[in-house]
Amino acid sequence: MSVTEKPFLQIQGVHKTFRRGGTETEVLNDISLDIAEGEFLSIIGHSGCGKSTLLNLIAGLTRVTTGAVLLEDREVNDPGPERAVVFQNHSLLPWLTVYENVHIAVNKVFGKKKSRAERHDWTLHNLDLVQMGHAKDKRPAEISGGMKQRVGIARALAMEPKVLLMDEPFGALDALTRAHLQDSVMQIHARLGNTAIMITHDVDEAVLLSDRIVMMTNGPSARIGEVLEVDLPRPRERLELVADARYIHAREAVLKFLYERHRFVEAA
Amino acid sequence: MNAMPARPVLIDTASRPASPEKSVAVPPSQQAKLQEKKVLPLKAPANSYAARISSTLRDVAATVIPPLVVLAVMLLVWQLATDKPGAALPSPMKIWSEANDLIVSPFFVYGPQDIGLGWRVLTSLERVAYGFGLAAIFGIALGAIIGQSVWAMRGLDPIFQVLRTVPPLAWLPISLAAFQDSGPSAVFVIFITAVWPVIINTAVGIRNIPQDYRNVAEVLRLNPLEYFWRIMIPSAAPYIFTGLRIGIGLSWLAIVAAEMLTGGVGIGFFIWDAWNSSRLSDIVVALIYIGIVGFVLDRLVALIGRVATRGTANA
Repeated sequence: MSVTEKPFLQIQGVHKTFRRGGTETEVLNDISLDIAEGEFLSIIGHSGCGKSTLLNLIAGLTRVTTGAVLLEDREVNDPGPERAVVFQNHSLLPWLTVYENVHIAVNKVFGKKKSRAERHDWTLHNLDLVQMGHAKDKRPAEISGGMKQRVGIARALAMEPKVLLMDEPFGALDALTRAHLQDSVMQIHARLGNTAIMITHDVDEAVLLSDRIVMMTNGPSARIGEVLEVDLPRPRERLELVADARYIHAREAVLKFLYERHRFVEAA
Repeated sequence: MNAMPARPVLIDTASRPASPEKSVAVPPSQQAKLQEKKVLPLKAPANSYAARISSTLRDVAATVIPPLVVLAVMLLVWQLATDKPGAALPSPMKIWSEANDLIVSPFFVYGPQDIGLGWRVLTSLERVAYGFGLAAIFGIALGAIIGQSVWAMRGLDPIFQVLRTVPPLAWLPISLAAFQDSGPSAVFVIFITAVWPVIINTAVGIRNIPQDYRNVAEVLRLNPLEYFWRIMIPSAAPYIFTGLRIGIGLSWLAIVAAEMLTGGVGIGFFIWDAWNSSRLSDIVVALIYIGIVGFVLDRLVALIGRVATRGTANA
């Protein structure tokens, strides 16, 4: 990971305004951010602060109003597999098996580059990466929420994305399953070195996984309030970190930002 | 939505099992099942093979006996009401004796116009197959286009809502004028009767495709054809099959109107012909044939729909 003069992923002065009927709502206000290759970045903020909108802008699912998102110096205007998304509610296609859900992505992305056998192996390889090889012939309705999210991650990884985008990937899971999946994502990130951007509202999750945490102010017209470098060595161990001073400090910084300076008033 | 963030780590680390990766494979629901299995054998011994057969028989009897009883009562009332000289309608006994060959042997052939009702039904089914087949193809294609476009929906939906209420008989003259030939006109009448629910249901199904699936398709950069086959059709399948099921019922309803045009050997024309020669008993038998075939068609499409939408049913 060498630092070149051009950052890997640039978000430059992005504004996003939604227009519904006669009213305009500014969701994001002048967001600028540089993300290095291989970095794990979390975006944290209260509900409705536009963090999912920001992710959709990077994914290309939504267009910026003004400003630009640049990946390797090329402007992002449409969605594509080099910016694979892990959706909050897994978004597996229920009529396809676990294997087929990943295979459809593999076929689409590597249809011309790899042979049929290679694509089959690559699909299985990615399912094994998230420990879901055993359930490859099941349909999404037959597996648990955590397993579905694993398959969603496998589908995204199978596209060999330049940037892995995760929209509250563990939000819908129970605490235990969430912890296991967080560990899995950390292992995979260590192994593959993907650039990853994760939306979350869980402070511990953000501190545990990220190199940097971007804290958003409350919407509408959300801005980047603060960016925190998480200076913890990898690999990180959940148990060891609980007592680590740097971990406690980082956690405190995020909590203070969220609950002192940018309280979510409507939540009360 | 705004989950308190401080807790999970402490809980997780405290209750984390020795082998974290293995325990992922056994979600709480499966653990519950394992416990159930331990309980079952204790209850099971009383449940013998014979007991299970008798309970199955009881279920069958519960569904078969009530309609049979009602049918018997209806036949009896009908017999009592019409069993006198000069009655307007034939009694069941009279129908049995007059139309006996039609009832007991559906597939006789005595001459070019004197054949069993089974053959007539098959001829009509062929006609319906053409009409309904076209309605299915055009209906799904048109519905897909309308479901995709807000403007097409706004423009065409009111027109379709009006046209779909036009009865099959009313299409006859127009159809004849347009096609100049009875064969295609009959198929057209069936088509135009059956196509509306297919279009409307398909369009609604397409409009209801969750944004999640659209996002997946966009990230994968599926082309329009791939999107149609891989996302649209499977996702809208439950709606499409509802439309097809209504459509097959309507196209069978249109058969009498359609065959008033074509003549020949269809079951619809048979009724028209029997009425012209005052064979009321034959008409009653033909009505029962039509009813049963319509019922079977409906169930058939429903069955195909159930098999085809297995994956989406509990998504």
